[in-house]
Amino acid sequence: MRYLEEFRGAGEAQAVLGQIRGALRGRRVRIMEVCGGHTMALWRYGLPGLLQESVDLLSGPGCPVCVTPNAYLDRAVALARHPGTIVVTFGDLMRVPGSSSTLLAERARGGDIRPVYSPRDALDVARAHPERTAVFLGIGFETTAPTVAAALISAREAGLANFRMLSALKTMPQALRALAGAGEVRLDGLILPGHVTAVTGAAPFHFLAEEFRIPCVVSGFEPLDLLQSLWMLARQVSEGRAEVEIQYLRAARPQGNPRAREVLDRVFCSTAAQWRGMGAIPGSGLALREEWSGFAAEAIPVEVEAEREHPGCRCGDVIRGAVRPEECSLFAGPCRPESPAGACMVSEEGACAAHYRYRHHS
Amino acid sequence: MCLAVPMKLVEMNGPLGVVELGGLRREVGLDLLADVRVGDYLIVHAGYAIEKLDEAEALKTLQLFRDLAGEDEPQP
Repeated sequence: MRYLEEFRGAGEAQAVLGQIRGALRGRRVRIMEVCGGHTMALWRYGLPGLLQESVDLLSGPGCPVCVTPNAYLDRAVALARHPGTIVVTFGDLMRVPGSSSTLLAERARGGDIRPVYSPRDALDVARAHPERTAVFLGIGFETTAPTVAAALISAREAGLANFRMLSALKTMPQALRALAGAGEVRLDGLILPGHVTAVTGAAPFHFLAEEFRIPCVVSGFEPLDLLQSLWMLARQVSEGRAEVEIQYLRAARPQGNPRAREVLDRVFCSTAAQWRGMGAIPGSGLALREEWSGFAAEAIPVEVEAEREHPGCRCGDVIRGAVRPEECSLFAGPCRPESPAGACMVSEEGACAAHYRYRHHS
Repeated sequence: MCLAVPMKLVEMNGPLGVVELGGLRREVGLDLLADVRVGDYLIVHAGYAIEKLDEAEALKTLQLFRDLAGEDEPQP
């Protein structure tokens, strides 16, 4: 048992597809998958095509690289140009265009930029280069934030004086409140992020069902997980219910992971955050607490260029589900994975990248 | 970014462990879990275990799929 392939059976998938169609009785529903990991899994397995008569799938603001605004990337670029600094980052950020450069381009120009798998690897970089400052680019949601917090706690315990972190860490509930409150897109249901909920628990999302009457299901990431989640949503819709249900019970418990939240809360506090396409959202970001502010990379004096967006890029509208990638005039023309105009085409989990890569698939 | 996969814990050494998936071994931080033991499947993200996989729940879900695939008619 590996708890992966077992959730990919074709026969089972056909059976669940039948259940979805049966529950909807000819009705077509519009469902948003919030998480970029879900976007990629749905498209990889061709589910949007299989479901097109009954489910209209829209991608939401759950791709961390995509929602990170250019101003953050511009500061990361400026740090990469700053003498004595090593920029340490999750690989996903390397090719994301800022206002005029990328970390990949900066590395080609001689900047010391190191992609890593874990925030813990960033500590090793700092340890190996005590004469320089290692800046870790902290991006991600509640899934990733506790890992960054754990690394910071280790850095303090180890007395690593040359370790810094630039935070663009974000939290989902307030972003979904902003999205639901704006009413720009009518939604019949939401597929909620499985690994965010594994940390937060389901309670922070209850308002979506209670205040906005949107059916919600917390889903796993394999094709059968996603199909079962859509079936659960179809049943909520057809029975007129709006609840937060958990399909992914093997990893996301209703109460979440209290230990992970404790680690997160020790280091971070809630703050307003800038989201690409959504502006500033109160209470949707994580900042270092006062007693951890010595680790803040914002204190490193660098000159950051004025932020500007790529003309014509509709990444911000795609993130809100207001337009589909195909509706952007750059899509699959000037904007492709090898020459991306916007973050949604770069990230493995971006809606534009998923639609592009699997466009002949469904 | 929030990708995480179940990996089996095969070694433990204080706050660090070693997990395995299909022959691939990797170091994992155990700082975020209260109660783990060798043999547990962990949900691993960015080098840290963020949750323990509940095998009983996983098997229940798989059984549901098996039951469905064995039926011809959609359930009411």
